[in-house]
Amino acid sequence: MTDWQPSDRELERRRVRRQQRTRSLLVASGAIALVLAGLVTVLLSAPGWDRFRETFFDWGYAKDALPDIRDGFWLNVKLFLICEVAILALGLAVALARTSRSPLLAPFRLLAVVYVDIFRGVPTVLLILMLGFGVPALRLEGLTDDRYVWAGVALVLSYGAYVAEVFRSGIESIHPSQVMSAEALALSRTQTMRFVVVPQAVRRVAPPLLNDFVSLQKDTALVSVVGVFDAVFAARDTTGYTFNYTPYVVVSVFFIAITIPLARLTDWLGRRALERERAGVR
Amino acid sequence: MTAPLLEALEVRKSYGDRVVLDDVTLDVHPHDVVCLIGSSGSGKSTLLRCLNLLEDVDDGVIRFEGREISDPHVDPREVRQRMGMVFQAYNLFPHLSVLDNCTLAPRRVHGLARGAAEDRARELLATFGLADHVDKHPDRLSGGQQQRVALVRALCTQPTLLLLDEITAALDPELVGEVLGIVRDLAERGTTMVLATHEMGFAREVATTVCFLSDGRILEQGPPQQIFTDPREERTRQFLTRVLPG
Repeated sequence: MTDWQPSDRELERRRVRRQQRTRSLLVASGAIALVLAGLVTVLLSAPGWDRFRETFFDWGYAKDALPDIRDGFWLNVKLFLICEVAILALGLAVALARTSRSPLLAPFRLLAVVYVDIFRGVPTVLLILMLGFGVPALRLEGLTDDRYVWAGVALVLSYGAYVAEVFRSGIESIHPSQVMSAEALALSRTQTMRFVVVPQAVRRVAPPLLNDFVSLQKDTALVSVVGVFDAVFAARDTTGYTFNYTPYVVVSVFFIAITIPLARLTDWLGRRALERERAGVR
Repeated sequence: MTAPLLEALEVRKSYGDRVVLDDVTLDVHPHDVVCLIGSSGSGKSTLLRCLNLLEDVDDGVIRFEGREISDPHVDPREVRQRMGMVFQAYNLFPHLSVLDNCTLAPRRVHGLARGAAEDRARELLATFGLADHVDKHPDRLSGGQQQRVALVRALCTQPTLLLLDEITAALDPELVGEVLGIVRDLAERGTTMVLATHEMGFAREVATTVCFLSDGRILEQGPPQQIFTDPREERTRQFLTRVLPG
């Protein structure tokens, strides 16, 4: 009805709601300001604050180290992007192998279990050391001896095992009634997985997957242990002769600058998916 | 005549441009059983959700136990402690046993001791023929049993008003009877209820007042005999010929 005018009571109610919103906004801002002020006070009044600032926040050192770190960080980003794709593929393949029913695939099922058990157990840094130094030492024909490549392979193997488990828990969380109704439509088991189960599972596990990728993003820093000239290696190189740790802070800022937008993007994607699927339900 | 327990006055609710409730006025007196009937989308469920403050109304006033509850200063949790609601899809908590479903609110919200809450829940569950299922998880039960548990869960907090939102709509016809039986018992014991329903025979039998909703308006309301046998409005007549057999 277009001729409806809010009653006085409703106008009054809106005014009260507006007031309540303003009040919560004020309380929230006040609380944030208070906590921040407290933290800054504690930090500034620390006895070693001046020395701390010189060692970790020296603008001059930061500027000097910046070009090397930037070039090194590009390596981290490339490693991260390539590994991420490979990990997703490997993880999903392993998860599908583990949840398969076909007797023909039994060897893959076994292989998947062994793979996950072993590679989740070995610390990533050891895996990078072993592959980064070990494989080139074999001097096998046709295999590259680039430590950068082998460090990347180590990351893929290590994270692939984690991500496989995330995918598997997602696949197993899809209610059996979904599989049943897909089968009732005469879809094959592969089709059921491909069109019904996996799409729902992937959506459901997106947040833990992102968690793993933020973690991977940071762990690309581990390749510095086999002497790959990434951002961390560059920073360590500089601190090695200046004894000033500002470059480490610079590297941290670089990493944060990537992970925060990534987190916001996933939040947004997740919210959008929820709104679409739960339309009308509160 | 006693003062109404619940009073809705010119209530309006819209989602964007779509007006879902328009100028709805309704009185519920103690021991009343008010049945809301009407086609899907006529606003029955929205009205119940507004009464329970699950939705803010866009205009009008709702009074409960003499107090205006549509006032933004009112804490909705206080109101809901005195008003029970049962949903179409049961909405039991799957991770809790039947007993824990029924004692959650009495213990955590109403501050009842575990023993007292469990005694009350067991007694109610037994009354409604669920004594054998006390320690099971909801998914083990049939739809009718789950809906009976949901009713018990709502009753365990001893609400003064019970809102039932198409509680038999998701049930097999043969299970509808067992749930309606309980509602009939409650009505006979004088429980005040507002229920949205598609069960016309049931509405005719237990209701003290029947409201016919159409496009978000209460088109007419009155005692069941009058609404079902001699409706004033043409649209009520059309609706009834569609849903009543014969």
